[in-house]
Amino acid sequence: MKREELIQLYSKALLIRLFEEKVDWLFSRGRLWGTTHLCIGQEAVAVGVISCIRRADYVVSTHRGHGHLIAKGADIKLLFAELLGRREGYCMGKGGTQHLCVKDVNFLGTNGITGGGIPIATGAALSIKLRDEDRIAVCFFGDGASNQGAFHESLNMASVWGLPILYVCENNMYGMSTRFSMVSKYEDVAKRACAYGIESTIVDGMDIEKVYSTTEKILSKVRNGSPFLLEAKTYRFCGHSKSDPRLYRTRDEEDEWKRKDPIAQIEKKLLEILPEKELHAIRESLRNTIEESYRYAEEECKELDKDEALRGAYAYTNAYVSQGDIQCPR
Amino acid sequence: MRTQTLTYRRAIYNALDRLLSEDENIIIMGEDITEYGGAFGVTSDLYRKYPKRIISTPISEGGFTGIAVGAAMTGFRVIVEIMFMDFITLATDQIVNHAANIHYMYGGQLTCPVVIRTPAGGYRGYGVSHSQTLEACFMSVPGLKIVAPASVSDAYGLLLSSVYDNNPVLFIEHKLLYNMEVEFDFDTEPVPLGRARIVREGRDVTLVSHSYGVHLGSTALEELLSEGIDVELIDLRTLKPLDIDTVVESVRKTGRLVYLEEGNVFGGVGGEVVSQVVERCLPYIDGRILRVGKADVPIPASISGEREVLPDIERVKEAVKSSLSWS
Ligand SMILES: Cc1ncc(C[n+]2csc(CCOP(=O)(O)OP(=O)(O)O)c2C)c(N)n1
Repeated sequence: MKREELIQLYSKALLIRLFEEKVDWLFSRGRLWGTTHLCIGQEAVAVGVISCIRRADYVVSTHRGHGHLIAKGADIKLLFAELLGRREGYCMGKGGTQHLCVKDVNFLGTNGITGGGIPIATGAALSIKLRDEDRIAVCFFGDGASNQGAFHESLNMASVWGLPILYVCENNMYGMSTRFSMVSKYEDVAKRACAYGIESTIVDGMDIEKVYSTTEKILSKVRNGSPFLLEAKTYRFCGHSKSDPRLYRTRDEEDEWKRKDPIAQIEKKLLEILPEKELHAIRESLRNTIEESYRYAEEECKELDKDEALRGAYAYTNAYVSQGDIQCPR
Repeated sequence: MRTQTLTYRRAIYNALDRLLSEDENIIIMGEDITEYGGAFGVTSDLYRKYPKRIISTPISEGGFTGIAVGAAMTGFRVIVEIMFMDFITLATDQIVNHAANIHYMYGGQLTCPVVIRTPAGGYRGYGVSHSQTLEACFMSVPGLKIVAPASVSDAYGLLLSSVYDNNPVLFIEHKLLYNMEVEFDFDTEPVPLGRARIVREGRDVTLVSHSYGVHLGSTALEELLSEGIDVELIDLRTLKPLDIDTVVESVRKTGRLVYLEEGNVFGGVGGEVVSQVVERCLPYIDGRILRVGKADVPIPASISGEREVLPDIERVKEAVKSSLSWS
């Protein structure tokens, strides 16, 4: 991989890591309200996959979706504003961490319902196919979500209809506390694809370069209308959500996975071709971005006010004009 | 005026045909809606005229309703047919947690124009899982509109408005109405959502209903008239948004209110309507306020059992008479 490309992947992954660490810190200080699901440890999947696709391609995400959104090109300022419940946030502070959508970059939402985004992504792919558009849909979900009916129904329809969609399973081995091997006879989610006539492959989800190059190879198939299931074996370094003592797994297991830290891996590679000083400069600049973005959201953005909280349950619809024609607002 | 006799079924077909011809961003999804023509024959031969846009799905209500949501978020107007209203339970996650919330939770960035068409209702001996009227379950879901046409022209006119609405709409058809035939004016315009219709004006009692209940009410009304009781019958047409003003105005005139619905009385639509009327016109009330509807048990398959559980004309008449006094 070229130097510049490597630096780009590294910067994206590190930006996600720093963002998540800041969010974690804010929660621990009681400065954020609600809950959050951090993707620390899983950055390689978001960055590896999304760096391969275009702005026009749709992405549908999960409850653990900050990384996907940052990789798709969200503005960290507006992301912080959303998490802080501010009006300037992407969703005016109404959505929060599990209901984040950024239309501009075709990011169709993080999702609070495990598996809920899978049919939605499939529907976006149906749109693409019906309009014969030059883009694809990418659908992230966890190992836990692959036990929802929505997963099976969606893959079946995507296959039968030949939809341009890439399903990406982030298999971090646990759905909350439930080890995947306790709720599935097969430990590989990828195996399920063959039941629906969909091709699949498994990739090391801790290695950004591998995720990137594997995705690149798959994409031409997807762009030609063959759905594909990519399973990335990964690990979340922190708890499931805000408060999780992680009694269901051992510290040994965690240490073993932490040795495969995707960011440490790519840093090591970069150090062979880049002076430490430059790496340091990248880190500092990303840290500044995070701090400055947080400061903006905290100090310059307004709380979601009472009027706005009560507004917007329904979208505006033009009344039809009386000659019998309906004004179809779009 | 171009008129012709037309059934409720055919009126819906005509509306779908008109919609599909007007806007190529409209698609229909559902089970057995191509060669079979839909379980109740509504989509009929539309698949021949619009082969790409009538999408016959596997038996995956949750999945294809979610797919409809995704297609709607990316620019289509999607009409979903759920074969029997009872099966809507399988699609509820996508309706309640996704479709209904999209505009609000994403701060207005996206809309979700999905219309879920589904036939409700009993009186056909189909038993618990093919007879229910479940609209009340969706009344407390913000972001969702609920439409339940009782007449042929409303079936046509409300469907046009529902599909061009930018919000998810639950569009409830009634199995017993599909064959109802009337003189239909082809220049019928879209009927705006959220406006009730006064079916007949009257002095003594306000009887409010929706869907098939309007027809039960209307028969009861004729019989009551011969007994000297003058009933005002209101068809809500749209349950959400609810045109409570029309009901309130009527109750201020008659002083009496009966709500009639085919669904459960307990937790039903009538509870909401009655509460709002009481909040707004208690001083005008001059008699017992009553609700008529389904008993709080599942719907048995047996004819006699079904008659016992679902509302009938006698019970409507009784309720109207009781509402004339406080005793
Ligand atoms: C329908 C539904 N059931 C349960 C939950 C609670 N819940 C939130 S995340 C989660 C685990 C999901 O596991 P997985 O899909 O593997 O994703 P991961 O958290 O590992 O990223 C659960 C059970 C939910 N949000 N939605």
